[in-house]
Amino acid sequence: MAVNWFPLWLSLRVAALATMISVALGLWLAYLLANRRFRGKDVLDTLIALPLVLPAPVLGYYLLVMLSRSSSLFGVQLVFTWQAAVVASTLHAIPLFVRSARAAFEGGGRHYERAAQTLGASDWRVFWRVTLPLARRAIAAATLVAFARALGDFGATLMIAGNIPGKTQTASIAIYDAVERGNTLIARVLVLVLSVLTISLVYAANRLEESSVPE
Amino acid sequence: MMEARVAKRIAPRLDSAGFSLDVEFQVCSGITALFGPTAAGKTLTLDVIAGFARPDAGRILLDDRILFDAASRVNLPPRLRNCGYVLRNDALFPHMTVRQNLIFAAQQQPGLERHRRVNEMIERFRLTDIAARRPQEISRGQKQSCAIARALSSSPRVVLLDEPTRGLDATWRSEVYRLLHEIRADFQIPVLLVSQDIEECCQLGDEMLILREGRILQSGRPRQILEQPASVDVARLLGISNLFQAEITALDPGRNTSRVRFGGQELTGPYFPGHLRGDRVWLCVRAEDLRVVPHNGARPEANQLAASLLRVSEKSRSVRLEFSGDISVELPRQEFEQLKDNKEWLVEFPAGALRVVS
Repeated sequence: MAVNWFPLWLSLRVAALATMISVALGLWLAYLLANRRFRGKDVLDTLIALPLVLPAPVLGYYLLVMLSRSSSLFGVQLVFTWQAAVVASTLHAIPLFVRSARAAFEGGGRHYERAAQTLGASDWRVFWRVTLPLARRAIAAATLVAFARALGDFGATLMIAGNIPGKTQTASIAIYDAVERGNTLIARVLVLVLSVLTISLVYAANRLEESSVPE
Repeated sequence: MMEARVAKRIAPRLDSAGFSLDVEFQVCSGITALFGPTAAGKTLTLDVIAGFARPDAGRILLDDRILFDAASRVNLPPRLRNCGYVLRNDALFPHMTVRQNLIFAAQQQPGLERHRRVNEMIERFRLTDIAARRPQEISRGQKQSCAIARALSSSPRVVLLDEPTRGLDATWRSEVYRLLHEIRADFQIPVLLVSQDIEECCQLGDEMLILREGRILQSGRPRQILEQPASVDVARLLGISNLFQAEITALDPGRNTSRVRFGGQELTGPYFPGHLRGDRVWLCVRAEDLRVVPHNGARPEANQLAASLLRVSEKSRSVRLEFSGDISVELPRQEFEQLKDNKEWLVEFPAGALRVVS
């Protein structure tokens, strides 16, 4: 019996998109949290951490409500499409990324940033030329972890993207589906592939993180 | 020229006691040394000038620009202040070469001028050999030179140096001194140098500010301050070890003499303007100014006190003798070498060496 590779490709595609969004949004959020003081910072901090601790169905339910509402606003039907899976994965990947990135921005590099400021560099220039290059390994590690997390999202994805084979069925959901149907071969192959992928990603991330300590 | 009058209170926290800074000073072109013990507020003063700490009150002027003014709510961000701040740990960017560090600093100049300036700095600071290296591949002394060169590349209007020779060995220390002398000669910008080393302050400083617990205790030329400390606290900070509580028993402005009594004896000193007979003062004498002769039982002459030697400590070029009555004397080694077995001594207080502080 041939294994259907579509779920794996979909997962990789979803995870790649989710990671890109997480990195772009996460860098900005991490920078805000690490460098700025503003009203509602605590609230933002809590909101970002929420997807880590909120039960997946709860988060999924919120998303379902929010996306079906906004769909009438933007005229795009997101629910039960693979793009919805991207939203769910992004929400789960962002907290991990923001935490690591923020720690990297806050740790150790302050005096370099100060030096850059006294040399007349704008905040933008300080960020791109000093903060980011100094944190590059930590950021790379955080990106890998975010990708690994996005790759395996299950609960919220199932709720808002559904389980439509060939359309929204990601690898995690395909495994669940296969086990339900007693199709152990597909389950085993996908479990193996996902495990190997995630373990290598986390291993690589840890190695990067280790070598980033003091330069 | 820079003028600052600032006050800042830092509330006590769980892990630190509170602190209050209240200083007023000027930094003119040349080097002004900011001397003080640990936790005197030296680095905080630099941070306030550079814009990393916001004062509660006061005003900072640099040339004709207002950097900070509490009354009119002006508070320029660090990048607009034109302060060449060399932080305590050089803070050279580790992901750039020495040359790239300098180019980063010179970014405000247009392209050609930028490269000309950076090349000039590299030459002047003798960095040609290491220009292509990264900070982690050069020695600490070289890093310090680079950090100073980088600060100057940004065309600052004032240079702030936070203990630039901390942790450097003698060779690199003198290299940094050479650089600073050059900067003083070639750039017409004020330099504010923070230091805990009084020798360094005297060697480099045109002016000196003595800071303790957030207050300036005395300011003036280093030589002047050493000659005449304003208070017993300043004398202690300067490392003057002979401080005795004394009473002025006679003053004669006509003959420029005085008599002071301490510990049951009387000494003759110079006339002390601004003091009255009967004043209780601190008598302060530098250890190098005292002389000693072996005590062979004869009666002490005028201004000599009998004392027994308690401890001898060797220094690189001299010996330090500690006598009973808390008297310390510093002698050239050869002078002491022949008489080192002697126990009882007469310590001579030359009249001109006596100072009084309140």
